[in-house]
Amino acid sequence: MTVPIQCRHDETFVLNLGPQHPATHGVLRVKLTMDGEYIVKAEPVLGYIHRMHEKMAEDGTFAQFMPNTARMDYLHALAYNQGYCMAVERAAGIEVPERAEYIRVITVELNRIISHILWWAAFLLDLGGFTPLLYAFDDREQVLDLLERVTGSRLTYCYFRFGGVYNDIDDEFITGTYAFIKRLRSRLPTFYHDLVTGNIILQKRLKGIGIITEEQARRYGCTGPVARGSGINYDVRKNEPYSIYPELDFDVPVYDECDSFARYMVRMDEIDQSLRIIEQSLDKLPDGPIRAKVPKILKPAAGDCYASVETARGNLGHRLVCTGLKNPYRLKLRSPTYCNLSCYGEVAEGMLLPDALAFMGSLDLVIPEIDR
Amino acid sequence: MDTSIWKPILYLIGFMAFAGLNAAYLGWCERKGAGRIQRRTGPMEVGFQGLLQPLADGLKLMSKQLIVPKGVDGILFRVAPILAMIPAMTSFAVLPLSGNIQARAMELSVLLLFALASIAMMAVLLGGWASGNKYSLIAAARSVSQNLAYEIPMLITVITIVMVSDSMSLRDIAVAQEGGFWHWNLFRLDLSIFMPISFIIFFICSIAETNRAPFDMAEAESELIAGHMTEYGSMGFGLFMMGEYLNMVVGACLITILFLGGWSSPFGLLPSLGLLWFLLKIYVILFTVIWIRWTFPRTQVYKLLNLSWKILIPFSLVNLLVTAAFLKIF
Repeated sequence: MTVPIQCRHDETFVLNLGPQHPATHGVLRVKLTMDGEYIVKAEPVLGYIHRMHEKMAEDGTFAQFMPNTARMDYLHALAYNQGYCMAVERAAGIEVPERAEYIRVITVELNRIISHILWWAAFLLDLGGFTPLLYAFDDREQVLDLLERVTGSRLTYCYFRFGGVYNDIDDEFITGTYAFIKRLRSRLPTFYHDLVTGNIILQKRLKGIGIITEEQARRYGCTGPVARGSGINYDVRKNEPYSIYPELDFDVPVYDECDSFARYMVRMDEIDQSLRIIEQSLDKLPDGPIRAKVPKILKPAAGDCYASVETARGNLGHRLVCTGLKNPYRLKLRSPTYCNLSCYGEVAEGMLLPDALAFMGSLDLVIPEIDR
Repeated sequence: MDTSIWKPILYLIGFMAFAGLNAAYLGWCERKGAGRIQRRTGPMEVGFQGLLQPLADGLKLMSKQLIVPKGVDGILFRVAPILAMIPAMTSFAVLPLSGNIQARAMELSVLLLFALASIAMMAVLLGGWASGNKYSLIAAARSVSQNLAYEIPMLITVITIVMVSDSMSLRDIAVAQEGGFWHWNLFRLDLSIFMPISFIIFFICSIAETNRAPFDMAEAESELIAGHMTEYGSMGFGLFMMGEYLNMVVGACLITILFLGGWSSPFGLLPSLGLLWFLLKIYVILFTVIWIRWTFPRTQVYKLLNLSWKILIPFSLVNLLVTAAFLKIF
């Protein structure tokens, strides 16, 4: 919906949305210049949870930075684990055993599912629907129990190691994961789609709201569900294949509507696709070692390497510059949410306040990942 | 004993107790209901099944200091919560709960109730304005536009009912519907074929009037934090909450009297238990309202206004005309 802004600019007021506001899900601050309930200008202000992760990487050894990776995007922590591991493995030339790759993909996709489920719950909360949150947490809990079994933690995983994973998965994990796939497949159509997706209030609030055109999405470097909701068929797992993704059969959901509902549908479809990926990987799971032989203290040769993975929010890049010492010279992160948020100011202009908040929710922001 | 003195006093105590209990225990019912809908248990700790929770909450709110922040209009800030409570309480003076329980049998009780309902809207406006908070101010503006938009279709629907019943007294309207559910206004298709539609319009409007989800624009906790209640603590907040629940009760009573036959029993069974039937009906309505709140997301404020101005008002006007024509011809 495009709304012509008819205001005298001397009659506006500034509304501070955040850093403590329930709809920003963290300490994001948006400086809104408002004309009544219309937004004249929206300016995201970042940095409230900046913790110098990149600098911390430079100060410790390569392995010491592993726990930090989970503390940026805490909702899809395993993808951050994977991205960093891939960068270091490329720098040091480490081969990962096949079984470890499968375990990585299974756990990363499980983590992607619960990230999307949690986004769904929080998004509905933004829209004023409280009940879906509890249904979503019920499902999320099942995955957390599974992941806790193999990784030892429930939110900020530090599970991957250079050259493999920390722990092997056991039969109970495998049967539990099959059971979860069955359970979620039976619950998705009823609890998620019948109750929420088909709801007329939800559709009226999302369809045609928060349109990010394909041109804007490209210009701001949007990736992940935000780009795919704007008709850009880009998924790192397909476009720059890594790990065992080329061997797996899955689709990349793309919607051309560019609105909040398109982004919503992309994420809901991705849950289905992730279930497919997990099922195939579990079927194909080979035997073998779960970790390659890697020296305790890594000293990769001097050089410059880059690895990117697809997180639940988009393209995550790690650029690693090594000088042959036991710590990296520089680690630069390209986090997806930072780019996805950058289009907010342009798109939110002229929107109504409740629509702008629904739009913000549809971007799936994780603030610690933006600030790092 | 001179009954003329005791009667008003007993009514006063009785209705105050009814109002107070409802305001406190509807909160408990809502939390329990929400718990069941969300597959959890709701309050369980204080007393059996958490039944003493409202008492504990009330004590906590009363023992806290009412903080009046800087830059707040002190008088209006203190008056607003009281204004939220009083009109709802006063409404009980004319509400008939059964054939022989009514404090004042006013001829124009319908009119009085709607006048009082408009004052309740002032509480949100004053609270939002006096708070000196931008979010509260937006909430106040929203609530006024919402209430204006929804009072019109509501009143037009009520005019239809008044025309049909030929009276503005709630008691007469209820008495006219006695003798089984087919006499209830909701099912009187012989009076106007649009009666079920008027019921739906009235039901939607009363949800919007009482600021309940999915029309809780004024307090929208994820947009405006708590809207007009952002700056309120202790009993200031408590009174707003109690006022909201009391308004819900008054709304449910009105729906029952105007459309569901008041205290008349649905199949002519046990007509002497008027109060019981009345309470049963209002609690069914209140449960529906709670159910709706925990199922639907919030609508968007301008779509809400569109719904009123573009759909509900034209429909209720057509309804009024058709009913008037019906009454004239037959």
